[in-house]
Parts: sequence; C-alpha cells; structure tokens
Amino acid sequence: MSTETLVGFEEAMEKYDPVLGFEVHVELNTKTKMFSSAPNVFGDEPNTNVNEVCLGLPGVLPVVNRKAVESSILIGLALNCKIAEHCTFARKQYFYPDTPKNFQTSQYEDPICYDGWLDIELEDGTVFRVEIERAHMEEDAGKLTHMGGATGRIQGADYSLVDYNRSGVPLVEIVTKPIEGAGSRAPELAKAYVAAVREIVKNLGVSDARMERGNVRCDANVSLRPHGAEKFGTRTETKNVNSLRAVENAVKFEIQRHAAVLDSGVEITQETRHWHEDTKSTTSGRPKSDADDYRYFPEPDLVPIVTTAEWVEELRSRLPEPPAERRKRLQADWGYTDLEFRDVVNAGLMDEIEETVTAGATAAAARKWWMGEIARRAKLADVDPAALGVSPAVVVEIEKLIASGAINDKLARKVLDGVLEGEGTPAEVVAKRGLAVVSDDGALQKAIDEALAAQPDVAEKIRGGKVQAVGAIVGGVMKVTRGQADAARVRELILATLGVEG
Amino acid sequence: MAAINRGQVAHLAQLAHIEMSDDELDRMAKELAVIVDSVKSVSEAAGADVPATSHPIPLTNVMREDVVGHVLTAEEALSGAPDSADGRFKVPAILEES
Repeated sequence: MSTETLVGFEEAMEKYDPVLGFEVHVELNTKTKMFSSAPNVFGDEPNTNVNEVCLGLPGVLPVVNRKAVESSILIGLALNCKIAEHCTFARKQYFYPDTPKNFQTSQYEDPICYDGWLDIELEDGTVFRVEIERAHMEEDAGKLTHMGGATGRIQGADYSLVDYNRSGVPLVEIVTKPIEGAGSRAPELAKAYVAAVREIVKNLGVSDARMERGNVRCDANVSLRPHGAEKFGTRTETKNVNSLRAVENAVKFEIQRHAAVLDSGVEITQETRHWHEDTKSTTSGRPKSDADDYRYFPEPDLVPIVTTAEWVEELRSRLPEPPAERRKRLQADWGYTDLEFRDVVNAGLMDEIEETVTAGATAAAARKWWMGEIARRAKLADVDPAALGVSPAVVVEIEKLIASGAINDKLARKVLDGVLEGEGTPAEVVAKRGLAVVSDDGALQKAIDEALAAQPDVAEKIRGGKVQAVGAIVGGVMKVTRGQADAARVRELILATLGVEG
Repeated sequence: MAAINRGQVAHLAQLAHIEMSDDELDRMAKELAVIVDSVKSVSEAAGADVPATSHPIPLTNVMREDVVGHVLTAEEALSGAPDSADGRFKVPAILEES
C-alpha cells in the first residue's frame, strides 16, 4: 500500500472547486427478498436464508416483492422524486463470486423514481439543495470472506467463502446529480446528506437504517476542477464508506489527494477507491475499464411495473412528517434554544421528550428530566437513556407529585431510584418508602423548636433582623426530616415562631 | 455487412469469460454479423414511434406478497457446490496477484 501525497485541505480549497456525487444503497427491511420468498434476515447462520432463486440455479423464475416496490416508491416520494408510470428491470452482467447468477437484477434506463431533490441543513443552518437523479430497485449481493491472506483482505487470500443470505435482499440505490458549489463545506455536506437519507428511510420505516450492518452504504464520487472552470475534473468513486464520519473523512481525503495529484501535473485516474477506516485513507481499487461494461439488457423473466396515480397517491398519504420539518415544529412547540434542541437531538432523546410532553409534562420539565437525571443515570449504567427503564408516564407522574407539593426535587430522585428498582409507579414508591413531604405543621414545629434550641445564637440573629440567617435553621430542619419537608413552609414557620416578618 | 468486427467479438468473449481461439473468433465475427444484420432489418421496420419491446406478452405488475416461503437448508444449498467450508461456498482466490 503506497502512502499517498496529500495537500492541506485549505490549500486544496484555494486552488480547486470540488464536485461531489453520491450513490447510497438502502437495504429494505422487507420480510422476504426482492425476487424470492426466502427470508430477509441479518445475522443468521450462513446460507440458511436462501432458496433456488437466491442461488441463481438454472430454471428459476424471479417474482417481484410488492412491499419492496411500495417501499421504493415511498423513498422516491420522500426524496421529492417523480414516480415512473412504467418501468422495467435489467440485467447488469459481471463475474464475481458474490453474485451467483453472474448478473445483478437492477434497473437501467427507466428507474422507478427520478428527478427529486433533498434540502440538507448544515450545522450552522445553511440549507443546501441536493438534486436526486434517480432511485432504482435492485438486489444485494452475497457476502464474501477472504481466507488465508493477511487481515482478511482480498489481496493475498488463498480462497474466499461465500454466504448468500444477503443475496437478493431488496436494495434501493439513490443517485444524486453532480453536486456543485459546496466548496469547503463538501465534507460536511457529504456527511449531512447521508445522515439525512438514513434518517428519511428510518422515519419511513422501510429500512432498519443501521450503517454498521450495511443497511445504508455510501459510494462517494469526488472530482476537482480549477475555480471558474465549467468542465468537471476526472472523478474517483470511493466505496465502503460505511459510517457518517467515514463519509466526511473520505471526501476530505480524496479532495486532498486529488489536489496533490493535480498539483504535480498528473491526471487523475478514473477508478474505484477503497476507504480504510484503520488508516483513514483510500487505496486504489480496480481502474474503471472494460470490466465496467455491464452489457445491460431488459430482464426477460420480469415484466414491467406499472404505477397508477391512485396507487402512488395512496402511498403518498402514508408518508410520515419529514424528519427535518418535524424537528423545526418540535423546537418551536417546546420553545428550546438552538443549543438546547441540538443537545436533545444529539442525545437521541427527541422521541422520549415528545412522548413525555404528549403525556402531559411541560417541555421544560421533560427536558430537565431526560437531559438531566435520566441521562446521568444512563451514562453511569452505560445504556441509552431510552433503555434505562424510565417511561414518559413515570416522568409525568413524578412532575405531578412535585407540582402538588407531595414531593420535592430531592425526594423525586429517590422516587426515581424506587421506580428503577422495580418498586412500582412513582406514587407507589412514595407510599412504600414513606417519601412524602412532611406537611404536618405539628411535626414540623417540633423539629423547628429543636433546631432553634440547638442553635440559639442563630435564632438570636434572626430575631435581630438578620433574616438571611434563617437558612441555617431550615437546613437543620431538613436534616432532621431527612429532606422530606417543604423548605418554603419550614421557612415560614421558623419566621412565625420567632415573630419576624419574612 | 454489419458493423461487428473480430476485435469486438474478442472483447465480448473476454467480458463473458469465454476463451476463444483465433479460428473461433474469425468464424464468430462472421456469424454474429449475420445476426446483427437480421436484427437491423427489424429495427428498420419499427419506426422511432414504436417503443422498444422487452417482453412479447403484454403483462405488467406480476408481484407477490411479502410472505416468507420456500427456504433451503445450508446442506441443501451447498449440495451442488464444487467445494464448501464452514457452511459456505468455497471459491478460488479472486485476485491472482497480491
């Protein structure tokens, strides 16, 4: 592996204008495969989710999965695409052991979705429109494991093992038009675009959208041209970019690498590059050449898909609120600052807070609990806050107990302890643990008298008008009552006892 | 004569992973040329207003519901494989040199 020469990113940006393009593959979470009724399940024993169609055996007939077609249309609609009234499947021919038929069933000239767009909001609020060229249906390939070589790489392997469980899993490939004008925001935009697509397919419920499982995979195209030039430079396509951070890093790396190559007066080789997470760099794959002559032709075993306006409109009516719009609406409803809201989103607690607010808590209280005490405990337990075991209903009930004066904030945390230890609802925990605020003035008066007797000098100061000294007595009372008194009421009673105006 | 030459046949043979001798390439170039000519006459008959036909039967939307059906066991799946290991198909090294 050669070490690539890089130019600093800023320097590259001064000289060149990057043009990006993305192909994002989304695995659908249908129960069965695209063209066969074999199960679409991740992580099972090798070759146990296959049948004759997935193995490409002779004489089999593929049949299209209706749900996969509908999921593809939903993705297209969410990406503001037009939906083809008539489209066909095509064979893309190539030889590779992950594809047992020696062709991938895909779409070529007439994708089911085309001409869309997606507005991407960058971190500072800048909105960048990405044009979508097409989104087409196809099938995934099997999984190869390279044996015998160093570190499981294909180079130097003695042989490879193939698991066809993934063969035939429905895929939607989303292809952008060339993205111009991103400038130095290119790496950030790349990450934000893939994040937005992932969020959309997850929100639609059509994909599990887990990048670490390859449910969403990105190939990133990068080219550079001198500032002011119309013509695109030669591009490279970086594959295997399978995390959001990797997308950002890979685009940045390729920009820096291209700049160095161009600076040295050499032309960029149009080729596939492979991203390596360990070295944070790309290496050359095969050059684009004759091997990429896929000899597409219409798939004779599959008849065309025809969409009617009724069908498409019925699907459109199922579209959930777009994630970006939902975020705007919730932030406005809740009255959070940009910073507060971003923290909530980054903590992955938007859904929990929404449910808590819907269940009757104020937005401020919901945020206080989820971002505060619950997040803190979750961090200690090393789990997601949502998985800690606190339901929105518990938060609402604890807040009501506080509002009614039955418990205070300090007791509320003990109530939470009880709930997490499985002692029941907050009200049940209050009863079982005897956590209610002591509101019996008689009991409080006794504690106050004792506290005053124990600190006669403080009592004297208060009598003399130093009202702020009352805190010491309140503290004493709270200690005796183990925090179960209403501090404000205690203060009132102390002042009344000493005959001082609050 | 149709525009298909020996070089194009050699290219196609390479793409299709078919090993062909010089004699075979010569013969196939001639035979394919005849076929391409025949296809061309069909193209001439169909004007630009006739959409390309991918299927002779006017069928559309043959689809199935998303319900799990027939599945093979790993043993069945591998039963026709030339070689296998660890429940998987075993294939020769994909890259010849490192």
